[in-house]
Amino acid sequence: MPDGTALNAFRESTRKWIRDNFPGSLKGKGLGYEGDADSGLAKDLDVWRARLAGQGWGAPTWPKEYGGAGLSQSEARIINDELIAAGAFNPISMLSGMGITMVGPTVLEYGTEDQKRRHLPGIASGEVRWCLGLSEPNAGSDLASLATKAEDNGDHFVLNGQKTWTSGANISQWCGAVVRTDPKAKKRDGISFVMLPMDQPGVRTRPIKLIAGASPFCETFFTDAIAEKRDLLGELNDGWSVVKRLLQHERQSQTGSRVAASGEKPTPIQELAKTYVGTNADGTLADADLRLRIADHLMDARAHTLTIARITAEAKGNVQVSAAASILKNSATKVAQIKAELTLELMGAQGLGWEGDAFTNKELGAVREWLSGKAMSIYGGSFEIQNNIISKNILGLPETTQKG
Amino acid sequence: MAALNEEQTMVKDQATAWVNEQSPVQKFRALRDSGNPRAFEPTTWSAMIEMGWSGILIPAQYGGSDLGYLTFGVVLEQLGRQLTASPLFASALVGASAVLLGGTEAQKQKLLPKVVDGSEILTLAVDEGPRHAPAATALAAAKSNGGFTLTGAKRFVVEGMSATTFVVAARTSGKPGSMDGITLFTVPADAKGLVRERIVTVDSRGYANVEFDGVTVAADAVLGEVDRGGVLLESVLDRARAGLAAEMMGTAGQAFDMTLEYLKTRTQFGAVIGSFQALGHRAAGLFTSMELARSCAEASLQAIDAGAANVPELVSLAKCKVGDFLHEMSNQLIQIHGGIGMTDEFDAGFYLKRARVAEALYGNQAFHRDRYARLLGF
Repeated sequence: MPDGTALNAFRESTRKWIRDNFPGSLKGKGLGYEGDADSGLAKDLDVWRARLAGQGWGAPTWPKEYGGAGLSQSEARIINDELIAAGAFNPISMLSGMGITMVGPTVLEYGTEDQKRRHLPGIASGEVRWCLGLSEPNAGSDLASLATKAEDNGDHFVLNGQKTWTSGANISQWCGAVVRTDPKAKKRDGISFVMLPMDQPGVRTRPIKLIAGASPFCETFFTDAIAEKRDLLGELNDGWSVVKRLLQHERQSQTGSRVAASGEKPTPIQELAKTYVGTNADGTLADADLRLRIADHLMDARAHTLTIARITAEAKGNVQVSAAASILKNSATKVAQIKAELTLELMGAQGLGWEGDAFTNKELGAVREWLSGKAMSIYGGSFEIQNNIISKNILGLPETTQKG
Repeated sequence: MAALNEEQTMVKDQATAWVNEQSPVQKFRALRDSGNPRAFEPTTWSAMIEMGWSGILIPAQYGGSDLGYLTFGVVLEQLGRQLTASPLFASALVGASAVLLGGTEAQKQKLLPKVVDGSEILTLAVDEGPRHAPAATALAAAKSNGGFTLTGAKRFVVEGMSATTFVVAARTSGKPGSMDGITLFTVPADAKGLVRERIVTVDSRGYANVEFDGVTVAADAVLGEVDRGGVLLESVLDRARAGLAAEMMGTAGQAFDMTLEYLKTRTQFGAVIGSFQALGHRAAGLFTSMELARSCAEASLQAIDAGAANVPELVSLAKCKVGDFLHEMSNQLIQIHGGIGMTDEFDAGFYLKRARVAEALYGNQAFHRDRYARLLGF
C-alpha cells in the first residue's frame, strides 16, 4: 500500500485533474440527462464519462489491461472523496448497471482471460450496461430452486424460462443469468452461470410497475435464447459458487458506503421536521414523541456510518467482500426505511399525496421513496435471509431446521 | 476492535490475560458473598496499580504513561467482561480527568502522583436526586474566611465509601437548572462535617450518599474557575460516560458470548436450540446491535483522544446506543438461558443487575437521546 506522502501527492494530482476536466455545467448535478438528445448536459455528461474512463477511474482498482487504473483501495477512496468535494460525480457505475458493482468483480475472479478482455473494458468505461437474471417467479429467497433451462447445443446453450426483478433489463446490452444445466443433479449442483447479449430474438423484456409507480425492474423471457459457451462463467454446473460470490458483492454494494453518484445535499430530517411541525420556545421540536424517534434514527444512522469506518480501519484500508456485509445491509435498510417513515409522518397530510399541484415535488418524491424503499428489505437477500447468513456463517450456529 | 496501535494492543493483551486468569467473575461472586463494604478486593486494586493502569491518562511528569482514553477503554472493556470491581474507573479516569482538565499545576502535582500510586482514590460527586441531572446541582458553596463552606448532599457517589478525595459539583451562584454558577471543589473525605453512608445497591458495588454539613475548604480547593465549572463538569462527565460505555461494551459482549455458547450446547426437542430459526435470528439481531454499538463506543474515545469538537455528540451516542444494547442483551441473557438464568448460582443475574446501574449512571438512554437532539439543534 502506498505510504502517506504518496497518498497526499495522489490526492493533490487527483484534485487538479478533476479541476481541469470536470465540466462546470454538471456541478451539483447527477444522472438523468443522458437520455435527452437535445440537452447540452447529455453531451457534457458523455465527455465527462469518457475522460473518467480514459483515466481508468470507472473501476479504479481493476487492472489497467481490463480498463481499470490498477490503484489501491485507498487511492480509489481518494478519487471518490475528491469528486464529492468538487461537487462532481462518477456516472460510470450507474451507467454500467450491475457491471461495476457485481458482474465485473465476479468476472475478475472467475473469468477466463478471454472473458476479462471482452467484457471488463466496456463495463469500466460505462459504455456497456449489464443486468442480472437471478430471481424467477418461483425462486426468490430460495434462489437455488430456479427452473430456467439451458441446453447444450454444441458451441452454445439454448435458454428457456423466465426471470424477474431483472433491474434495467430493458436498457441493458448484456445479461448474466443463472440457469439449470443439469436437471437431474441436486438443486444447487446443476446450476451454471452464463452471459448473453440482450439484443437477440430469443430475449424479451417487460417493465414491472410497482407500488411506487414506474420502476427499473423488468420481467425477462428467454425463448430459445442463445448464450455462447465461451461466455460460461466458472465451471459447468458450478454456477452456485459463482452466484454466491456475486451475491456477496451485491450485499457489499448495498451496505450504504458513500459513493459519488450525485452532488445534491438533502435537507437534514430534523430541519425538515422543524419546518412542518414547529418548535417550542426552547428550540426543541414541538412534537416530543416524534423528536425522540428522530433522534434515535439519527443515532442509528451515525452508528451505521461509524461502523463502516471502523470496519474499513480494521481492514487497514483493504475492504474486500467481508462477513460484515450482511450486518451492514440490514442496518442500512433499517436506517433508510425508518427515515422514509419519519419523513412521511412529519409532513402530515402533505406526505400523503400521489400527484398534482397540491404537493411539492419534494413531498411527492418522499412518498415514492417511502414506497420503493420497502424493496430494500426484500432484494439482495431479504432481511431474514441476511439474518440466516449472520447466524450460520458469522456466529456459527447450526443449520436451521428449515430447508435452504 | 478499532485498529489499535502497538502499545494499545499490548495493554489489551495484558488486560485480557489478567482478567481471565486473576479476576474471573467468580471473584466478583466471592466479593458479593463477603459483604465487604468497600466492594473491591485490595489485592485486585494493587495489581492494577502495579500494571500501570491507574496512570494510563496521566502524563509522565506525574508518574503516569499518558496512553489516552481509547487505551483506558480497552482495559475497562476487559474488566466489564468479568465484572471486576475496583476504584480504577472512579479515580484514575473520572477523578483524574477532573484534575487534568481543571487543575492548577500545584493541584496536579499534589493529586496526580497519588492517583497513580493508589494512595489517593478520587471520585466525582455530582447527582443529588434519583436521576442524573448535573444542572440541578443545588449543594451550596458560600464564601467564608477566604475559602468556601459547603452545605448539601450528594447521592449515589461511585466508590463513595473508599474515596479519599471527592470532586464535588457545588453551586456558587445562579439557580438549580442552569449549568452556569457551578464550581468544582476537591474535598478530602476526612473533612469535618462530611458524613458518608454506604448504600447497598443491586450491583453490589461501593456507592455512598454523602452529607456536607458546613464543610469548609480553602480557596485552593477550587478546581477550575469559580461559577464557571459547568463546562468543566460536562467535559469530565463526557469522559466518564465514554469510559463507562467501554466497560458496558465488555459486560454486554460477555453476555452475548455466554448466550451464544448456550445456544450451541443446550439441547431440546432433540436439537441444539441455536438451530431454531427464532433464536438464530434473535442472535443475529443482537450481534448486529453489538457491532453498531461498538463503533459508537470506540468513536467517542477516539474523539476525546483527538480533541475533536464533536465529543459531546459522540459520547451521548455511545452511552445511549451501548446502553440500549446492554439493556436488551442482559434481558436476553436471562431469557435464552431459561430457568437456569433465573438462579443465583448462575452468573446471568450479576450481568443484568450491573447493566441497569451502569445504564443509569451519568445519564441513561433517555437522557442522552434528549441531549443528542439538543446538540443537533432540535
